[in-house]
Amino acid sequence: MTETTTPATRFAVPGRIAVSGQAASRWQTATLTEIRRETPRAATFRLAVPEWAGHLPGQHLLLRLTAPDGYVAQRHYSIASAPDASGHIELTLDRVPDGEVSGWFHTVARPGDTVEVRGPLSGFFAWPGDRPALLLGAGSGVVPLMSMVRHHRARGLTVPLRMLVSARSPEELIYAAELGAETTPVFTRSAPPGVPVGRMAAAHVAPLLADRPAGGWEAYVCGSNAFAEHASRLLVAAGQPVERIRVERFG
Amino acid sequence: MNVTRGFTGRPRVHRPGLPPGQYDAREDWPVLSAEVTPDLSPADWSFRVDGLVERPHTWDWDAAHALPASAYEGDIHCVTGWSKFGVRFGGVSLDAFLSVARPHGSATHALAYSHTGYTTNLPLADLTGGRAWIVWEYDGAPLPPEHGGPARLVVPHLYFWKSAKWVAGITLLDHDEPGFWERNGYHARGNPWEEQRYAGD
Ligand SMILES: Cc1cc2nc3c(=O)[nH]c(=O)nc-3n(C[C@H](O)[C@H](O)[C@H](O)COP(=O)(O)OP(=O)(O)OC[C@H]3O[C@@H](n4cnc5c(N)ncnc54)[C@H](O)[C@@H]3O)c2cc1C
Repeated sequence: MTETTTPATRFAVPGRIAVSGQAASRWQTATLTEIRRETPRAATFRLAVPEWAGHLPGQHLLLRLTAPDGYVAQRHYSIASAPDASGHIELTLDRVPDGEVSGWFHTVARPGDTVEVRGPLSGFFAWPGDRPALLLGAGSGVVPLMSMVRHHRARGLTVPLRMLVSARSPEELIYAAELGAETTPVFTRSAPPGVPVGRMAAAHVAPLLADRPAGGWEAYVCGSNAFAEHASRLLVAAGQPVERIRVERFG
Repeated sequence: MNVTRGFTGRPRVHRPGLPPGQYDAREDWPVLSAEVTPDLSPADWSFRVDGLVERPHTWDWDAAHALPASAYEGDIHCVTGWSKFGVRFGGVSLDAFLSVARPHGSATHALAYSHTGYTTNLPLADLTGGRAWIVWEYDGAPLPPEHGGPARLVVPHLYFWKSAKWVAGITLLDHDEPGFWERNGYHARGNPWEEQRYAGD
């Protein structure tokens, strides 16, 4: 056997996170049990997945729909719920105009319907709750971050957790009623009286980095590619080390 | 078959060249990477071939550009489901680099790595015989940073996570060693025609 001469990576899978290849390779039937509206464009879909192997906050799954002629459409969705033993997981889907899969969920799906899921996938954008976490999301990019926030609360963790989320308006802020003191919303089109309108900026990020906990932040950025590029640059400019920024791009 | 009630899917035209489970992204070129796009200038870029080779070698930007130019024009396929038809990349065939470094007969695999530390593994046979490129041009213009510029590996017959962005080198090995996504549950080879997406496919 040869030794590899590859340089030591500064961009590594956290050794503390194990991914189950076995869980990832099997399609399972998931039954829709509940639909909750979040905003005019987004809704949460609760699914019973009796043999779900469990997940870490931040992970996603692959979901597939099958047409009568055998055609399948598969898409990735982040898991919104915290890991728990309920035998259920939740997804929150934005309604994409003309969207093939999100369109089915928003216009056809009803409790009792079945879809197929495979996962959880990717141990990279995952947070087991052991290190201070700084979360930056936009639009439905808040979904995997909310799983982290919910996990933090459910376990009563005391490790620092802060979240910045960008939404077009208060009406479009997903999980608005559930967000607490850990979260600072940023509104890009319209905001409540007294709250400025504008995109996420250095001024939002700087105080969080100035207030860096011992050992520093693990940063998680999630949203569209444009948001991911913008937010990760803000973090680097504010002094967050690049190898401690994990990015999930929804496309 | 597990038919989804009320799901018919979009009207579809058969598109030859589209692997199973893929859709045509047309003008879109989605960006998928789990890391921050690096600020890497051509002056800071280099490409190294080492491991089981007779002459380990590092090329800088100018030395790489002095190799015979070679273009790829064809399709690319991403494991997340999109394919893109008729893309044009300009650069140099990986064969040109390998003919300088001269792989040992014992070399069977390669681990490609990027300037950011990303890694991905490939059978050596997937990198030779005019099937892989180091490219710095997309559609006649410099390759954009978020797509791997100044230079990336392109192995178009495999899912695109094998085509390491910001490529810094390949190390030749006599065994297979999983890279970043492969350790994260993805398939070791990633052939789109066999739908080798995840470990176990
Ligand atoms: C890791 C990951 C996690 C994600 N998590 C979430 C999440 O938690 N919540 C969420 O809402 N989204 C999430 N996404 C995005 C999600 O995977 C889908 O991209 C999204 O739901 C849109 O899918 P769709 O089938 O509804 O739309 P699509 O049918 O894919 O359409 C998307 C756009 O492309 C156009 N289009 C695509 N194909 C065609 C075609 N053949 N003909 C015409 N037009 C076409 C459509 O008009 C539309 O504007 C995630 C993505 C990734 C990669």
